[in-house]
Amino acid sequence: MTKHAEKTHLDRDHLLLLLKEMLRIRRFEERCVELYSTGKIRGFLHLYIGEEANAVGVMQALTADDAVVTTYREHGHALARGISARALMAEMYGKREGSSRGRGGSMHVFDAATRFYGGNAIVAGGIPLAVGLALADKMRGRKLLTACFLGDGAAAEGLFHESLNLAALWQLPVLFVCENNLYAMGTAIARAHSQTDLTKYAESHAIAAEAVDGMDVVAVEVAARRAAALVRETGAPYFLENRTYRFRAHSMYDPELYRSKAEVEEWKKRDPIPALEAWLASAGLLHADELARIEAAVAAEVDDAVAFSEAGEWEPIEDLAKDVMTPQRTLRREEAA
Amino acid sequence: MSTTTYREAVRTALRDVLEREPRAFLMGEDVGRYGGCYACSKGLLDEFGPARVRDTPLSEAAFVGAGIGAALGGMLPIVEIMTVNFSLLALDQIVNNAATIRHMSGGQFSIPLVIRMATGAGRQVAAQHSHSLEGWYAHVPGIRVVAPATLADARGMLWTALADPDPVVIFEHAMLYSLEGELPENAGAVDIDRAAVRRPGRDVTVIAYSASLYKALEAAGRLAADEIEAEVIDLRSLRPLDDATIMASVRKTRRAVVVDEGWRSGSLAAELSARIMEQAFYDLDAPVGRVCTEEVPIPYPKHLEDAALPQPEKIVAAVKALFGAHG
Repeated sequence: MTKHAEKTHLDRDHLLLLLKEMLRIRRFEERCVELYSTGKIRGFLHLYIGEEANAVGVMQALTADDAVVTTYREHGHALARGISARALMAEMYGKREGSSRGRGGSMHVFDAATRFYGGNAIVAGGIPLAVGLALADKMRGRKLLTACFLGDGAAAEGLFHESLNLAALWQLPVLFVCENNLYAMGTAIARAHSQTDLTKYAESHAIAAEAVDGMDVVAVEVAARRAAALVRETGAPYFLENRTYRFRAHSMYDPELYRSKAEVEEWKKRDPIPALEAWLASAGLLHADELARIEAAVAAEVDDAVAFSEAGEWEPIEDLAKDVMTPQRTLRREEAA
Repeated sequence: MSTTTYREAVRTALRDVLEREPRAFLMGEDVGRYGGCYACSKGLLDEFGPARVRDTPLSEAAFVGAGIGAALGGMLPIVEIMTVNFSLLALDQIVNNAATIRHMSGGQFSIPLVIRMATGAGRQVAAQHSHSLEGWYAHVPGIRVVAPATLADARGMLWTALADPDPVVIFEHAMLYSLEGELPENAGAVDIDRAAVRRPGRDVTVIAYSASLYKALEAAGRLAADEIEAEVIDLRSLRPLDDATIMASVRKTRRAVVVDEGWRSGSLAAELSARIMEQAFYDLDAPVGRVCTEEVPIPYPKHLEDAALPQPEKIVAAVKALFGAHG
């Protein structure tokens, strides 16, 4: 990669883009909460509110051909990766226009066009997929990387350690992004991990690692660009621990017995969106009318996504078993023969 | 024709795939330098190099998951797991990822992955290396499950499985690797869909798969001495099941015994029995019989291991019991 891609350009247009990307995620999810309350969205709904800086910052470092593997808290990653709000919202609705034809819902967003390999609802279950995708790219001689998002909870799974070992052993181009929001559902990190500095886990597998402020989108982008450039240059994995916080419950509603309101309020003071807005305003880069214009554009996009999803169709029941197995099986066989 | 072994047939199949399909590679524990725990891949590291004959750490979940990822990324991985008991460490990846991603992604992604593993008892290696859990895998939509019993199938199923766009799990019975037999020089790919009639007969259908096929054939030989002509079916594919071949035979013979090295409760034998009842009940002259493994963890000493497993004499007895009711 060139020096150009490694650098973060903090010009006004780019900063406004970062702000808009975070707002798209925030407003999209706020609408999801309303839609959940009215029964339009069912199942689990794991909100990313508070953590937007991570997806938005990291995605700036990826090329269109890189691969992404993520978790069940992936609405932010999907939007920031370029999956349309329409396709994502329709997936929430369970409509056939959804990114996974409505089959996956909130936790299983897939998109071939952006090499977005899910939305994995088994904690740590996606990590070896990222290792395998990176292995395939390496074996095929493609200079690409795979971004693998995971949470602090995943770092307690055996599969996390097995996968990091494999990525390091085989020197595979995986950018691990551990979004440490301090809670695995309701279990605080100190109650689950003997080592709460998660970069140490990566280092013990001989993977270069650093912690970054996951509430600061610019800090995340700078770190991600540097890390991605290193992964591309060396072909070796890299581990970012993004220290962040989710403002909402684990999944839509929970009594939040595991943390205090004061703690949540303290973290909300570090909300990445007002923080960036204030910084831009103080630097004279964002005026009230400009912010209103961005908010209006985002609101229109979310409205459009909802209207699109409302107008969408249900997958016909006759198609229930479609795509359990590949229908054109003989084609592949002839191709390989 | 040349004399060879099941192990050699597997190795020839692996070599053939690696030679002809540049996207194919083999990975697993000790497949490279060691030559494979059953010596199936002996010599292949030298022929194809460490990138394509890839030794893995003892991390079943991670390397099976990496196989799924590599398949998503355009490769054709063949992942070897030493035994079905160890595959439980990777069950999450197989059931939650390999089997679901195509459907869950709305058909966007296929996973052309082959997982090979040894199964079965008979070597006195006790309860953590001897089980037959292929029925569990056959329970899961989204994967194909095959069990080559013959040299021709050991030689030919791998190619077809790898050419399949969906995940295929191949079960190789540990007792079959040393099986000797004849194989034509030009042996190649075979279908992985259909059951095969390995011995024709008119009086009873004995349905078996993998190493149990040979016990069924031995039982059929003994039954012939008593003028009972058993038709022996080799399932070959455990998911999907070839109902057409099975029902055609059962409708002809009007009696069926299912032989299954899995435990009886919730077994493939139970599934087959139910399907025969659903599809051929009015053609039956007797209830479907089952010969399964006793419901115990496979014990170490030979006499207990033998007692736990389906044996030809148990199959003979099960068949004769079907005739007892009608004199």
